[in-house]
This record gives sequence, C-alpha cells and structure tokens, in this order.
Amino acid sequence: MPRLEEHCWSRSCASRVESKNLSAGNWVASRAEEMMSIVTTVLSNAYGSLHSVRAANLIRRGLVLFTVGVVLALVLNLLQLQRNVTLFPEEVMATLFSSAWWIPPCCGTAAAVVGLLYPCIDSHLGEPHKFKREWASVMRCIAVFVGINHASAKLHFANNAQLSLTLAALSLGLWWMFDRSRSGFGLGIGTAFLATVITQLLVYNGVYQYTYPDFLYVRSWLPCIFFSGGVTVGNIGRQLAMGGVEKLHND
Amino acid sequence: MTVRERLREKISAAFYRHGLLCASYPVPIILFTSASILACCYPLLRLPLPGTGPVEFTTRVRDYTVPSHEPQGDLGERPDWYRGPPVAYIQPVLVKAAVSPWDSTLVPVDVFRSPLGRVFSLLEEIRNHVHDDGSGVRSLEALCLQVTDLLPGLRRMRRVLPEHGCLLVSPGNYWQNQRELFDSDPDLLKTVHQHEPKGLHTSATLRDLLFGVPVKHTGVSLYSRKRVVTYTITMVLGSYDARFLSSLRARLRQLHPSVNCSLREDHMVHVHFKEEIGMAELIPLVTTYIILFAYIYFSTRKIDMVKSKWGLALAAVVTVLSSLLMSVGLCTLFGLTPTLNGGEIFPYLVVVIGLENVLVLTKSVVSTPVDLEVKLRIAQGLSNESWSIMKNMATELCIILIGYFTLVPAIQEFCLFAVVGLVSDFFLQMFFFTTVLSIDIRRMELADLNRRLPAEAGMPLPKPGPLRPREAPPPPRPSPHTITLQTPAFRNLRLPKRLRVVYFLARTRLAQRFIMVGTVIWIGILAYTDPAGLRTYLAAQVSEQSPLGEGGAGGLPPHLGVAPVFPGPGGDPASTLSVLPAPAEPTPLPENQSQGRHGAPREGVPHQAPPLVPQISWGVEDEEGWRKLSFRHWPSLFSYYNITLAKRYISILPVIPITLHLSPREAIETRHPQDTRHPPPPSLKTNDLPADLTLYKVAALGLAAGVLLVLLLFCLYRVLCSRNYGQNGVAHGRRRHGDLPCDDYGYSPPISEISPLLLRGHSMDIECLASDGMLLASCCLAGQIRVWDTQTGDCLTVIPKHGLRRSSSSGCWEQRDGWDAVGVAEPENLGGGTEPGGGVFDEDEGYPLRRRTTPRPALFENQPDLTPLIDTNFDSQPPSHLLLTPPRDGFDFGGLVEKAYLEHEPPSLGLTASYPSSSPLSGPPPQRRRSLGYIQPPAPQGQGTPDWESAVWAMELRGNLIAAGRSNGKLELWDAGEGSLRCSNEDGVSGITALAFLNNRLVAARLDGSLDFFTVDINKPLGLLQYRGPPGRSNIPPSPCYSSEDVISCQLTRSVQCAHQKPITVLRAAAGRVVTGSQDHTVRVYRLEDSCCLFTLQGHSGGITAIYIDQTMVLASGGQDGAICLWDVLTGSRVSHVYGHRGDVTSLVCTTSCVISSGLDDLICIWDRSTGIKLYSIQQEVGCGASLGVISESLLVTGGQGCVSFWDLNFGDLLQTVYLGQSSDGQGVRQLVVLNNAAIVCDFGSELSLVYVPAVLEKLD
Repeated sequence: MPRLEEHCWSRSCASRVESKNLSAGNWVASRAEEMMSIVTTVLSNAYGSLHSVRAANLIRRGLVLFTVGVVLALVLNLLQLQRNVTLFPEEVMATLFSSAWWIPPCCGTAAAVVGLLYPCIDSHLGEPHKFKREWASVMRCIAVFVGINHASAKLHFANNAQLSLTLAALSLGLWWMFDRSRSGFGLGIGTAFLATVITQLLVYNGVYQYTYPDFLYVRSWLPCIFFSGGVTVGNIGRQLAMGGVEKLHND
Repeated sequence: MTVRERLREKISAAFYRHGLLCASYPVPIILFTSASILACCYPLLRLPLPGTGPVEFTTRVRDYTVPSHEPQGDLGERPDWYRGPPVAYIQPVLVKAAVSPWDSTLVPVDVFRSPLGRVFSLLEEIRNHVHDDGSGVRSLEALCLQVTDLLPGLRRMRRVLPEHGCLLVSPGNYWQNQRELFDSDPDLLKTVHQHEPKGLHTSATLRDLLFGVPVKHTGVSLYSRKRVVTYTITMVLGSYDARFLSSLRARLRQLHPSVNCSLREDHMVHVHFKEEIGMAELIPLVTTYIILFAYIYFSTRKIDMVKSKWGLALAAVVTVLSSLLMSVGLCTLFGLTPTLNGGEIFPYLVVVIGLENVLVLTKSVVSTPVDLEVKLRIAQGLSNESWSIMKNMATELCIILIGYFTLVPAIQEFCLFAVVGLVSDFFLQMFFFTTVLSIDIRRMELADLNRRLPAEAGMPLPKPGPLRPREAPPPPRPSPHTITLQTPAFRNLRLPKRLRVVYFLARTRLAQRFIMVGTVIWIGILAYTDPAGLRTYLAAQVSEQSPLGEGGAGGLPPHLGVAPVFPGPGGDPASTLSVLPAPAEPTPLPENQSQGRHGAPREGVPHQAPPLVPQISWGVEDEEGWRKLSFRHWPSLFSYYNITLAKRYISILPVIPITLHLSPREAIETRHPQDTRHPPPPSLKTNDLPADLTLYKVAALGLAAGVLLVLLLFCLYRVLCSRNYGQNGVAHGRRRHGDLPCDDYGYSPPISEISPLLLRGHSMDIECLASDGMLLASCCLAGQIRVWDTQTGDCLTVIPKHGLRRSSSSGCWEQRDGWDAVGVAEPENLGGGTEPGGGVFDEDEGYPLRRRTTPRPALFENQPDLTPLIDTNFDSQPPSHLLLTPPRDGFDFGGLVEKAYLEHEPPSLGLTASYPSSSPLSGPPPQRRRSLGYIQPPAPQGQGTPDWESAVWAMELRGNLIAAGRSNGKLELWDAGEGSLRCSNEDGVSGITALAFLNNRLVAARLDGSLDFFTVDINKPLGLLQYRGPPGRSNIPPSPCYSSEDVISCQLTRSVQCAHQKPITVLRAAAGRVVTGSQDHTVRVYRLEDSCCLFTLQGHSGGITAIYIDQTMVLASGGQDGAICLWDVLTGSRVSHVYGHRGDVTSLVCTTSCVISSGLDDLICIWDRSTGIKLYSIQQEVGCGASLGVISESLLVTGGQGCVSFWDLNFGDLLQTVYLGQSSDGQGVRQLVVLNNAAIVCDFGSELSLVYVPAVLEKLD
C-alpha cells in the first residue's frame, strides 16, 4: 500500500510542478485533466484493492485526513478574512468560499498525503512515535494550531518580523509539546518548505494573491503556519494509524 | 543532582502530607475551596454580562456636554463606555399624519398618499433651516454626518440611500427625495415593497430604516384601520449643537403644532453597542469550541476505575472552569480589565491549562494498592506524581514567561491571564479535585464492601463444594434464555454503531433536549426581533395596566384587550358600533386631540360621527419609538456606510413630534389617476386577517417545522431500528455480527442453533479439566476421572475413585449406585483403597473399567437435593469429629440424608481444604476453595487416618497419559485409553498443587513451595510410537501416544526444594521454560532441560495469581494487586506494568496483539500488548469472570450464567451467546477449556458441555 501513497504523492507533485511551467491559458485544462486522471487511477486502485482490509483502512484514514484538511482550510481562511468581513449574514457563504474553489481540496489532499506519510516514515525508520499518543493530546494539538492561526490573524504586531518570530516560536513550541520526534521535525520542515515554494510559484503565476504581502509577494509567516500544520496533521495521521478508525468511535 | 533529589524528596513529602490532609478533612476543605472560588469570582459581578444587546445610558439634555476621553472616577453610575464623543447623534422627527376628517368618497390609497407627500416639504424645511445667532450661521449641512460611498456590495440600494452628503433618512428616499417622482408613481406600495428582501429576515430591513418605525406602525397599508400614517425623518448629526437643534424644534413646532403632545424632551439616550459577532466570526469560534469539547471528552474518557466516572469528569471540568473564572476575577480585582474577547480566548486558555494534571492525579491514585487506607492511597498517589506535576507546571510557567517577553500587548495579556489561571488551577487541583477524588474513592470502597458482603454471608455454599472462584456470590437466578449481562455492561462494550447512536440518544435524551432548547431559542429570537408583534402585545398589555397610557389607549382598555395589536383606539365605525357602541362618548379627549390646523371644521359633531375623525394621539411609547425597532437597526444603517458601531455608542436625541392633518380635498388633489382603481376596502372580517397575518405565518411555520421534525425523527427511527425487536426465534436464528441482545427493547436472544453437547456422568462437581485436543480428562470432587472423546462426546474411560475407605457402609454405596449408574459394578472392588504407603498396584485388575458408554442422563435430579444440608463451615465442625462418627450399617432409607451427608462430607472437606490456588485469605476459615490462602494439609492426613481420600489436585493430559497430582503428594500416570495406572511416584509428601506436562517432562509444584522435575521414560519399540491427532494449536508440541504395552516409568530428576518461600500457585510451561508464580510475590522462570532457575521476576506487590506463557515466549503475569506485568523471557526485564483490576487477576491470555485479563471484579479487560493501553473491557456476570479462552486471534469466549458468549476481540462486539441447556441456567461456567478443533469445553456443576464453534469460525474467515 505504500506504493499507492507514493503514487498519489508523486502524481500530485508532478501535476503541480508541471502545471507551473505551462502557460496560464491551458493551465486550468491541464490541471483538470491531471486531476481527473489522478482521481481515476486512485479510484481504480482503491476499487481493485478494496478487498484487503489494510487498503480499506488506508483509504478511510485518507478520507478522514482529507476532511480534516478541507475543514481546517475553510475555517482558517475565514479567520484570515475576518478583518474585512462586514456584518451581512447573507454574505457568509460567499466569504466562506471567497477564495478559489480549489484551495480547500488542495489543502485536503495535502493533509491526507502528509498525514499518511508521517506514520509511513515512522514505520520505515523503525521508531514508532510513542509520545503522548492519545486523542486528547491530538485535540489539544489541533486547538493550539487553530490558536496560532487565530493569533496570526487577529493580533496586531508592531512589524512583520515580530509576527514571524512569534509564530516561529509558537510552531516550535507546538512541535515540542506534541511531537518531539526527529522525523516529525524533518517532515514538518519539508512540508513547510515545499508548501511555501508552491505558494510562491502560485503567486508568481498570478493564480493567487495576498492582500498584504510583505516578503516577495507572500506573507512571511507562511512557513510557520505550514510547519505547524504539518505537525498537526501528522499527529492526527499517526493517531489514526495507531488506533485505526474504529477507536475514534470507541466509547 | 543531590539538590534535585532533595528537592524531589521534599516536594513528594509535602504532597504526601497534603494528600493526607485533604483526605482527612474533605468537607471543610471543599467548603473552604468553594468560599475562595466565590470570593475570587466576586469582582466578576461588576463586569457586564456577555451578550450583543445594546446598553443604554440616559443623560439630561439641558447641561449635556460631550464626555471627555479620560475616565473620571467619581461618576458612579456612568458606564465606562461613555467616553468621548459618540459616533453620531440621531435626531428623529416623528411625523403622524392623517386625512381628517375621513370622507366616504376617499379611496384607501388616500390614507397614505398625501401624508407621505408631505414628507418632501418637511425635508425642505429641515434642510433649509438656518440658525443664526451671534456666533455664526449654522445649518444642517454643517452639522450632519457626512457620508461617502455605500459599500460596494450594496449597489441595489444606491438609489434609495443617500450618498455623498448628509445622512438624512426618510420615506422620501424611496423617490430620491423628489416630489415629482412621488407624484408620478402609480403604485406607492409596490415601490416600497420592491426593496424588501425575500424570505424570513430578522434584521432591519430597508423599510424599517427609511420609515424609522416598525412596519406595523407606519399605517402605510390599504387595510389600515387607524388611517394614521406614522413615519420618521431621521437626521444623523455628526456634532451636537444645542441651539441649532432647539431652534429647529421650535420652528417645526410652530409650523406643525402638536397639541396635546406632552412628550418629554429633556432626556437623551446613549446607546452602546457590543461587538457584533457575525456568522463569519462565529464559525471559527464554534470550531474552536468543538475542538475544546472533543479535548475534554477524550480527556475525561480516560478516567477509569473510580466510583463515578461522570462525577469525576464533572469535577475536572468544574476545576478548570472555576480556575478560569477565578483568574478573570483576580485580574479584575487588581485592575487588569480584560480587553480581549473572553469568549474567543477561552478555549485556548482551557487547552493551555489543560486537564492533564487532573487525569494524572486520578490515575496515580487509583493505581495505588487497593488494600491501603483511603487517606494513604490519596497521599501516596499525590506524592508519586508530585514531581511530574511540579515539573510540568514549571515548564508551562516558563513558556508563558517567554510569551510575556514577546512584548505584544495582546499576548502579554493572554500570558498574564494564563499565569493567574495556572496558579488558581493548581490551587483547585490540590484542594478541590483531590478532595473530591478522596470522597469518590471512599465511596467506591464502601460500594465494594457492600458488594462483597453478601458474597461472604452466603458462603456456606448450597452445593457440596462446587469449584468456585473466590468472588462467587450466590448467583442471581436469571430467567431462562435471556442474556444476563447487567445493563452497565453495555457501557463497557463497543456496541455496533447504530445501536450506540440510539443508546446515546436514549441515554442523554439528546433529541428531546435539543428540541426543547431549539424551541426556547426560537421563541427568544421571535421575541427579540419582534416579527409577530409579541413585544407590541406586551407593551400594549403594560400600557393597559399602567395609568400612564394616554388618550385613547387609556380610555379604552377593554377594546385593547380585544385587539391588542392596535394600541390606538378603534377608529373603525363598524368595530366601534358592534363591539363598543359608545366608546367615544365618555372620552372627550379625541376631539381635543384632533384640534390641529384642520381639526376645527369637525369640532362640533363629535357625537354623530366620532369614528370618522382619525385620531392622532401621542403617547409615552412615541417618546422613544426607536425602541420598537430591531436592535440591529442602527448598526445596519451605519454599516451600509462602512461605519461600525461595535464597542461604540450613539446618542439619540429627544423626538421632535409633528402632527399633520390633511383635508380630504388635499388628499384628492394629490391623488394619482391609478389610485382609484384599487379595490374598495374589504369588509371588516377580512380586515382582521392581514393584520394578524404575521402571527398566523409564524404559527404555520412552526407547525410545519414541527411536522417535518416528527417525520424526520420517524424516518430516523425506522432507519435505525428497522429490526422488529419483538420477534425472536425463527426469523434470525443466528445473530449477525454486531447485533446485541438488548434487554431494553424486550428482545430476548433466540435459541441458538449451536447446540452444546452435554457430557454427563460425574456425580459431583468437576474439579480439574485437562485436554490435549483429542481427549479430555475431567476429575470430579468425588475423585472420579473420566476421559472423553472430544469429537463425539463419548465417555471413553472411567477411572473411579480408588481411595475409598474400607469401612464404607454398603448402604452408602448402594445409594451411590442409584446416583451414578456408571460406577455400579465396581464399588466393592474399589473398596480396596490405597494406603498412603503403597498397594496401589494390587488392584490394578480391579480398576480397568473400560466402558464406551454414551453419556447417560444423570439420575441425580431424581434424588432429593442434599446440597443445602452440607455445611462447609469446617471450623464449627472439626473434621475429626465427623470421622469418628460411626457409620451406620445396612440400608436405611430414612437415614439416607444423613448418610449422604456423611458420605459427601469427607470429599468436600478434603477438597475445600486443599484446592491449590490463588490468593491468600488471612484469618478467615477456608470458605472459598479457589481462593484459599493457606493451603492446609488435608485433615485426614494430618491426623494419620488411612488414605481413604487423597483428592486429585492437579491433572494433565498429554498423548495417552493422564498425570494426576494428588493431595498426598503422589504423582500418578494413568493410561487414558484403558484407565489403568501406569506409573506412580511418591517421592514427595507435600500435595501437588500444579502440574505441567511438556514433551516427556513433568513438572510438579508442591504445597511446600518445592518444584519437582520428573522425566517420563517409555520403554517401548519406537515403531509403536504414534501420534494421536493433528497438532492443533501450534504451541502444543505433538505428544507421543503411549500404548498399553509400554512400560512407563516416571523418575524424579531434580527437586528444587525451596523454589518459593510460599506455596506455588501457578505453574505454566511452554517453549522450554517453566514459569512458576507464588504467593511470595515473585515469578520464577526455569529452564525445562536442566531445571535451572533463570530469572526471578519481581514487580508485583501481591501474590501471583495468573501466568500466561506461550510458544512465542510471551510471559504475562497477574497478581493479587490487580496488576498485570508483561515480561521479556529472554532478558527477564519487565516490558509493561498496568493496573486493571480491583482485586486479583484471575486469568490471563495473550494473543499476538492484545492481552486479555480477567479479575475478581468480574471485568475482562483487553489491553494492547505493545502499548499497554486498555482497549476496552467487558463486564462479566458475577462469579464468571475467570472463565475465558481465546479460540483464534480474534475470537474470545467467555462463560456466563449457563451460557458461553463469543466476542470479537478486535471490536469487542458480542457475536453470539450459546446456552448450555435448559437445566443449567443459573449455574455459572467456572472453567473453560479451548480445544483444538474449535470446541470449547466448559464445566458447570457436574456436567461438561462441549460446544463446537464452526459457525463462528466460518464467519470470521
């Protein structure tokens, strides 16, 4: 089953990287095509291997992580948008989906990939993660992550350097509180780097823009958010991998 | 290092003392804590309650000055938001206009067309008003609030709302403040309506904004009964100029005098708006709260092994919440007013403070030894965790300190709060939670005591020594064929999902509460936004009560009661005539009121046509007419121009009343040509309908919603409970995976299609069971050993009790024959009992009793049940006494009972005194056999009586050989096929308590703690060696089968004299290792080859009661302390150590992924083997806790009252329950042996049941 993961991972990565090089015109078309092919391959793979329990488990985990990613993306986007939000209830749905439609699915996919990658790497390295492995800790982790986002959106800092430093310290604290593993740190850094690069590319291509860019057209605290997000999602993924989905409902 | 150690010691000692204190004086400490919480929360009373409703503050107009920014201390009642200038001053001009007198020639449109038309001249007047005193010329243009663009999203409002100029709002805005547009508008109502939003709306609409009064009160309607049009011209002023305003007021009054208007004009109201929480902000907030609750849920779920889980969870939550409240209170006390939004940071604070300490405390306390005093347990638990708690706290404080130096004000404030919160939380944990915990633990011990007491009281067991675990109380007799799992057991199970949903709903009454809360909220919204005129209704009721009601409102109370929606007097002729014929007569007031400019002509004819004059009245409710508007009226008006009122205030100036009376002629003149085409006013009956329409609408909506909800719930019910629970039996013979017996629904499980095979033959309760897969050997209390074929259930061999007393009376034996037909032939032969010294082989030919009998129904039932006669309380009846009783000769039926008594007494005596097992019971007499502490040598031996009885204490079966260890220390090897004694060894004198038979080695543990290793030698040609049966379970090596020709010798190879200091309770052998567990708290591992002791494993704080070892070298041990240890057999190190049971661990089984343990508390716990985390637990019936077995990796079988249950190990689902027979219910399954061919043998009473489980197995594959 790791093959499937890697497949997804490489395919999605490839699609992202390739698509950047294309011109803006047929970018959308190529992307849609890529997505469709990914979806069909994944689906066919999934359907073919549904018989094995492990694959089903993997897909279930992936789905849970995807959902978590989508929800987090929507909520955090909303948090970021709050300053400009007016008081019209009828516009909530508009603001909820105000950013591009493909952002939440992308975040979901990324969350699924990262969340599946964490336990996978753990098992490959042969050092299972045992630090605070329980759902309460995971919930705490998610809460702290949302809190970091909240802080980045709501607090007024003197300058951007201060904001970035604070957020970096907070992200490191998050990692120290809930992860404390080398692989987690490395993967978090990798995620942050990759995601920042992708965002940068997107911004350069004009696909996406920030209202208040402060560093090379993006917000400078973005890596911190990505890092803590990676750690959080990895935490969820590990917990899911450890207990299986059934323990989520275990009361 | 030393400093650290000393510090640690000091902390731990301090915590210990603190724990003692808390547990000793729970009530004073709780009182003290509550008092301190209340004291700390006291400053909170001064804080405003959270909410988004606006707050008002009234000042006098006379000496009004704009408040300064600096807070002034002395102004007590002045709210703290009343600082600085307001966002705007609102000057409403309330216009009431009516066409007077009403003429029958007028059409309905005339009611409002000409009054509305007058707004333009009024606007003109206001705009052009100039006040000129010495200091300069002021006009509205200079004073008003200048607005710029509308928000980009409001293009459609651009035509109606003012842009780039004064914010002056009036109905004239509908027509761009141009009279020409108004005059040429064919349908005014349509113009007004076209801007209304569709659907249900709760906030201010454009119509509300422009008219400035609620829609109902405008009177702009074709069906208005009052024929008075009310609207407001709202001036929004940026700065306050008293002189300009008073001159404007005077001017307007002079132009349009309102006689009889006594509105107070000396107060202005400042309205402060809280921060609005929009949906967009609400969603992240709700998300964080959901995460918070998930966190609390997952945390409190871990609280275990306490009396009231929910109580403790509540205490934990209370601890956290009140610590937060305390911190806020303390911060306010010291002058740190919170500027952060409390609701927003609250979840993060809870997460930072956390529930971890509470859980750690609980876990630590419950894992202290159970037998200690509560005080000491609390103290020990506290001091165990003191270091980690202090360390964590110090770390958190450090982190917060770092956060404080970020120098971001918001973060600093958060940190400050968090520090105070942490400290107060620590305080509460130490005082409040610890005390609650001590109370809880004490309660639990009391409950334990109560639960155990009946068990001990009923200890003179009704049966002659059935082999029962220590905890066995008299089992409650369940009704036949119902699952007798207690209801709380469901909580521990992992139920199938849909059932769990149903249980959850049923348990919490969630749906019901949800509906209730929803209804309340709905009513609240209705009352708040006032769509149905509820408020008006209330206001009307109030004004009816109060004498302040002026004019018609005061004069016609009864009428108000009839039509409360209309506060004014009924101007309608029909209504007045029909309901109240002369309401106007006693009220001369209306005439006076209508004396406007145009009121004079009709003055003389009040009696003839009083209703024809629409009366314009001014009441108190007009003074502050804006109160009737939605509380979002002003925020939404300002938000159109991107001005927020959140956390700011506006000042509303006193109303300028204007009364307009228009003549019918004027009304006709302003008429649009199309107006006359409107239908004439409908009759009175239909008049009522539209007025109350909103009420009906709301009611209909509610009804529809209710019906929808009912339908939804019904569907939900059908989906969830599609099964008809009332039926049983044929419809679903075998329960499917996931279905549970639910007593709540009156569902009784069907008779299973798995029919157990009953093996009958033993006359007394079965003591020992041994099996090698193909054969099954059982030994009963009477000393009879039977060998069964596990495939067919046939009894192959009977080895009767050979140690009979020579002097047994024949009467007894005859009696015995009647009970047990199998043993009928041999009693006299058997009479030649074995002396302890020898002579066993003399009767070899007497023994062979090779019968292939099918199991016969026992005749035992036909006899009187003598069980109650047998008293097992041996202290009161010394055995020697009994033995000396001369047996009676001859058959005497009348003496049957007594004889039977005598006959039965010795065996039960021997066995009760002897049974080797688990836990020590210090002083009390040996009442429970399994749990005997001091295993006394059997009384007969001690007194040197002949060995008429040496009970079989341990039995093992390998291949064709039965190894039996007897209470006199003799080890015998029997041929299972022929029932002949092949070999005997009497090297030891101490009773053999446990046997292990592995390959050709035999290990015997004796009562005195010694361990004997025997080698079984077979002298036979190798060719005859055969294997019986397939080696089913991988961990049992195939045992050679011995044929009857061989000479078998059993030699003691080595005897370890002092293997343990105390009696060995458990002996297990596998994988070349022999593991013994003893009462001396240690486990020893021996190598089977050379009987060398490899390890002594220490770690239990009680005697060892259960050990599991299998071929893969997994070693688990359980002790009387309720702890379970996993060991590494290769290194002798302890892998994990968990506490799971209150009381002894009675049995232990491991699979590759989990460890299954059962305890005296009748709980079966399933642990994750690698992490030591408890996965789930199954509550067993009382007394059946110890019987469990694992059939395959994922199939667990447990015994119950007359039944066995199969569980899915992975999920904890009950798969199936098999009943062992009609007669057997009420008898608990006490032993359970799993055979190779997936048959399980369980022993209950004197019968064995053979249950094949292919059905379950096939399903699992």
